[in-house]
Amino acid sequence: MKTSPRAVITAAVVMLAWALHPGSPGFGQEALDIHDAPATVRIDSLADLYEPVEFSHKRHERLAPCKDCHHHTTGHQDMDPNCVRCHAHSPASTVVSCKDCHTRRQFSPEQVRATDNPNLYHIDKPGLKGAYHLACVPCHIEKNAPSDCEGCHAMTDKGRAFFHLDAKAKDKAKAGTGH
Amino acid sequence: MKTAINRRTFLQGSLAGAAAATVSLGKNTEAATFEGYPDAMGVLVDLSRCVGCRSCEAACNREQKLPAPEKPFNDFSVFDEIHHGQKRRTDETRYTIVNRYDIPGREHPLFRKIQCNHCLEPACLTSCFVNAYTKTPEGAVIYDSSVCVGCRTCMVACPFYIPTFRYSSAFKPRIMKCVFCHDTRLTKGLPPACVEACPQEALTFGRRTDLVAAGKQRIRENPGNYVDHLYGEHEAGGTSWMYLSPAPFEQVGIDTTVPKEPILNYVKDFLSIVPMVLTIWPALFAGFHLLATRKDKMAEQKKNEGEV
Repeated sequence: MKTSPRAVITAAVVMLAWALHPGSPGFGQEALDIHDAPATVRIDSLADLYEPVEFSHKRHERLAPCKDCHHHTTGHQDMDPNCVRCHAHSPASTVVSCKDCHTRRQFSPEQVRATDNPNLYHIDKPGLKGAYHLACVPCHIEKNAPSDCEGCHAMTDKGRAFFHLDAKAKDKAKAGTGH
Repeated sequence: MKTAINRRTFLQGSLAGAAAATVSLGKNTEAATFEGYPDAMGVLVDLSRCVGCRSCEAACNREQKLPAPEKPFNDFSVFDEIHHGQKRRTDETRYTIVNRYDIPGREHPLFRKIQCNHCLEPACLTSCFVNAYTKTPEGAVIYDSSVCVGCRTCMVACPFYIPTFRYSSAFKPRIMKCVFCHDTRLTKGLPPACVEACPQEALTFGRRTDLVAAGKQRIRENPGNYVDHLYGEHEAGGTSWMYLSPAPFEQVGIDTTVPKEPILNYVKDFLSIVPMVLTIWPALFAGFHLLATRKDKMAEQKKNEGEV
């Protein structure tokens, strides 16, 4: 496909303007347009007992408004009256992934002591694992989407050992010898 | 020559002893209710978040090196098990379990994790006459099997039916109960294994004082989602593990008749008399006996003297 010089210049001007005003809500919002989101997101930062999740962002775009998972960070205002108290005019944020705000070191000594800061309002913010599951599971249960663990992520060998999946096999073997 | 007891000395001595005992006892009984160590940790269990995945059970089994389970931890048929007319409970092979509660009028069931609630004034601890239990400054109620004599009074004393006995071992019987992962994690500032394993953050680990605030905030900011009560804030004198529930607590098998004061308070008055009975009564009644038989002795002595 051929690109006209005019389009190149326009793009350059837009990018320059964006670079000069990174905080500008208008451009921020444009940068986080729904069409810029990847079709699938591989959620693998916590994979251990389970395989990473291949999350179809495209599919979920049709099922829920952005704010349901991204709060106010995509420029869509959260309707929760409690959030609106502070975030009514919060601009879109350039960081939208869960792990940018939700820590994977939840309940570490530093996190536990975070409440020492008297100005901290979000004293009950879930960690990364909690944020993932609390965003997905309640909705999956409500809409009868898969809500068992392996409905979203397959168990790894480590997971199989952790959950003692061999217990049943032993049980069956015992029953088998009984005949 | 034998000297008979002087009545005056005896009375003076016993009065002084009784007074001293009363003063020292008074100090103990007047001690205010223990409200917990200031920076002690706790866990907030939110039943609205638990989905019954049993990850906590699996994590506990591994962390505490408990025997392998009969069924895998992702086998959900255990929720239908009824033993002696009751749902599953903790035993010598599992320090924690999750049960399912089908509540009429609710589309989806609720799940409740059960483990030691780590009371601020544990009944097991106060009932133990060899001090096998300790409430640590970190918040855990731990148990020392090396001093335990196996009387199992703690099992009777616990309002939550948590301590269980390892009957299966003839040579190493001992109490088996959740210890808040005290040695392996809590003392290192880490959350217990079950909390770390929970995907839904149905278990929130933190300082108990912070958890009380966070729990009340959840009730306040999600009107209609929770029963307006933080179970364990005051029950049994306060517990380190506390519960939030979207349904009345009795519907999820939680005993709401547990008193708001430490179980100890029900026996404190009686128990405070025991040392007095044990120390003063023998002396007092021995004294009465000696006084009562003094006349006879004197008479006998006189008689003997007369004979000589």
